[in-house]
Amino acid sequence: MKLHVNGADHEVDADGDMPLLWALRDLLNLTGTKYGCGVAQCGACTVHLDGHPVRACVTPVKSVGARKVTTIEAIGSPEALHVVQEAWKQADVVQCGYCQSGQIMTAVALLDQVPEPSDAQIDGAMAGNICRCGTYGRVREAIHLASRLKRGGK
Amino acid sequence: MNLSRRSFLQASTAGLVITFAIPQVLRAAPKAMPLPPANAFLRIAPDNTISIVLSHVEMGQGIWTGLPMLVAEELDCDWTKIKPEHAPAAPVYGIPGMGFQMTGGSSSTNSEFDRYRQVGAVARDMLVRAAAARWKTTPAKITTKDGVLSFGDKHLTYGDVAEEAMKLKPPGRVTLKQPKDWKIIGTRVKRLDSPEKITGRAQFGMDVQFPGLRTALVRRAPAFGAKLVSFDAAAALKVPGVEKVVQVPSGVAVIAKHFWAAKLGRDALKIEWSQPDGGGVTTKAQFAEYRTLSAKPGTIATDVGKVDNALAKATTKLESFYEVPYLAHASMEPLNTTIKIDGDKVEIWAGTQFPGGDSLAAAKIIGTTPDKVTLHTPFLGGGFGRRGNPAADFVAEAAFVAKAAGVPVKVVWTREDDMHGGYYRPAYLHRVVVATDPKGNPTAWDHTVVGQSILAGTPFEAFGIKNGIDNSSIEGLGDSPYLEKVAAKRVSLHSPKNAVPVLWLRSVGNTHTAFAMESMIDELAHAAKQDPLAYRLALLSDKPRFAKALQLAADKAGWGSAPPPGHARGLAVHESFGSIIAQTAEVSIEHGKIRVHQVTAAVDCGTMVNPQGLEAQIQGAIVFGLTAALFGKLTLEGGRVQQSNFHDYPMLRIHEMPKIDVHVIESGAPMGGIGEPATAPIAPAVANAVFALTGKRLRTLPFDLAEAT
Repeated sequence: MKLHVNGADHEVDADGDMPLLWALRDLLNLTGTKYGCGVAQCGACTVHLDGHPVRACVTPVKSVGARKVTTIEAIGSPEALHVVQEAWKQADVVQCGYCQSGQIMTAVALLDQVPEPSDAQIDGAMAGNICRCGTYGRVREAIHLASRLKRGGK
Repeated sequence: MNLSRRSFLQASTAGLVITFAIPQVLRAAPKAMPLPPANAFLRIAPDNTISIVLSHVEMGQGIWTGLPMLVAEELDCDWTKIKPEHAPAAPVYGIPGMGFQMTGGSSSTNSEFDRYRQVGAVARDMLVRAAAARWKTTPAKITTKDGVLSFGDKHLTYGDVAEEAMKLKPPGRVTLKQPKDWKIIGTRVKRLDSPEKITGRAQFGMDVQFPGLRTALVRRAPAFGAKLVSFDAAAALKVPGVEKVVQVPSGVAVIAKHFWAAKLGRDALKIEWSQPDGGGVTTKAQFAEYRTLSAKPGTIATDVGKVDNALAKATTKLESFYEVPYLAHASMEPLNTTIKIDGDKVEIWAGTQFPGGDSLAAAKIIGTTPDKVTLHTPFLGGGFGRRGNPAADFVAEAAFVAKAAGVPVKVVWTREDDMHGGYYRPAYLHRVVVATDPKGNPTAWDHTVVGQSILAGTPFEAFGIKNGIDNSSIEGLGDSPYLEKVAAKRVSLHSPKNAVPVLWLRSVGNTHTAFAMESMIDELAHAAKQDPLAYRLALLSDKPRFAKALQLAADKAGWGSAPPPGHARGLAVHESFGSIIAQTAEVSIEHGKIRVHQVTAAVDCGTMVNPQGLEAQIQGAIVFGLTAALFGKLTLEGGRVQQSNFHDYPMLRIHEMPKIDVHVIESGAPMGGIGEPATAPIAPAVANAVFALTGKRLRTLPFDLAEAT
């Protein structure tokens, strides 16, 4: 089966029902996408399919088709952070960090759709991402900051 | 996991590995402890990279940044060159004064405050002497700043002289900076683990990968107390990718090429379990039993004055029952452990709060000696106490699986496994009877706690259970400042046993004692027709730290001014882990549910190291406590846990997040902990606010407005 991930084509030996999450983690060694619940309740496994956020834990690989998969690894690197990651760093969001790949993937997609989200729009987009450490206040702050940074502000 | 990264013990990095024998006989100020062997804690490479070895693990609490701040304060190094790493399991990383290596009890900063500053000071002393030798001058004439040594117009970096410094004899004593001279401690420092964690590069236990590694899932008993009768692996072994099925003490493990095959294989297992002895724990019956037990005093923790007489004579009495359920820690990273056995050598990768105990347990099971075991600790995707288990359950199980499988395995727990796996915060019931004088002040207090002991049967029993009392069941109650002046008081404890494994959860006993105490105090205030703040301040008149925290939280929340229409405020104050925290909560009822809009916290932790991290911990602990107060509930039926995942064991989400303001009082008292204490006061603060709003009292967690009376 063919998967287009982070700009490259990959041939994976997977049963079609295998969730995309496990194909990414166990077959392609892309471990930035996390397993948290397996039932689309926590958002830790969020990736983009053609730019739209989806829960990889309930997305069978056979349903992906030719759509482009983007994972946290392709959003930015420590040396070249994406603007949302830069905001995350400045707002000092993370604690344990396990949910943060998913939080950032959801936030990146939100800001692509809604450049200046209100608190209510942030809540609406981010409510599917659980953070057990309780970083929500700083997540909200970082999204507002990323919105300003994206538009050239501080 | 980067397998090429070797621990410092085997490393042969060039540059300064400050190596010297521990100067056992030498004593350093301010405590009568030997100076730390800096070689175990610090390496400086020729490129000036400073590796700092952390004796405590990073599980979100920020120790990855906090301990390096302590070193850097004394070392005068370049902050951007610091690279923290987790220590392996080794005696030198035991907590100073305690001996064992663990992360917990909100102790990571305060227990290491002297040692890590000393590490920085020892290293700086040796670097300065090395530079002095090179420049043929005296150490006193050399200054240090940002990792650069200077003598007049001459300069050397730490990396330049690191190798020479390592050959010097370590100092006999060092003088640490006075607080007024601190440049880093007390300032806002951002986390050093951000770049890895926001780019998906951070390695958690779940992310360990190497060629030949297999994934194992274990089918465990569906009910606590049930035992394996028989199993048939035929169908499981037919699943593509499944390689082996082995029996282990905890159940049956399916070993496969990857998680998905292991899961399908496990689903295909045919397996029969016995019924639990005695039918297993059922929540409703358990609380009925606890209530019956509470009618009589249990083992006595405190008995002063004649409580029964005082209560019999009293004209004004209040009696309340408070109940809290079993709670799962539900870290975002489900439990997992990777083990590779190679002859008598064992490598373990486990996100653990107890590396020492876990590697000993694994060595015993695998049949090797502890010195042959190397334990790597990746980042922990949350811990909250679950990853610090004296029974070493998840590491021990993985040792059995790896031994039986004969191949390297990563044992992965699904979310459902994690939630059903036990080691919960125990369920507790409090019966509190209080007599008051005509002014409404308590004159007699009879407090009976019922709930399983966390420490019984663990290595911690010896110092945690005294005279039959598990202190973790009554901490925050027996030592409550409210009880000090009460003439007649009795605190007693029943510790019934059952098959449900229990463990500490963030703030431990305070999760329920603060709820009972601060709810009862609020009930007494209202019964006395007094303002809840004024009533508390009067009772705490000779407890200035408590009074100050309460007053600050109240002032900042606008206590006394009218809240917005439909809102009300409640407050609570509680001391735990050496820190005193007061909180006010402002609530309303929206669509029949409690909505918490604002929490204002006042924190007296003595001295603070990183305000940035402290605020995060206070906010996080409040979210943790609020999640328990609003949603947290595991129930059992015949020994089976009824909840399984986040749909029926919900977590607070961003749209339910209150605004949280944190105010710090640096009282100069001995440094308290900060990871746990803010968990405890939020449930009573919210319950007290709901009472102020509705006149109805919530005495059971999680809150159910339909049950309020």
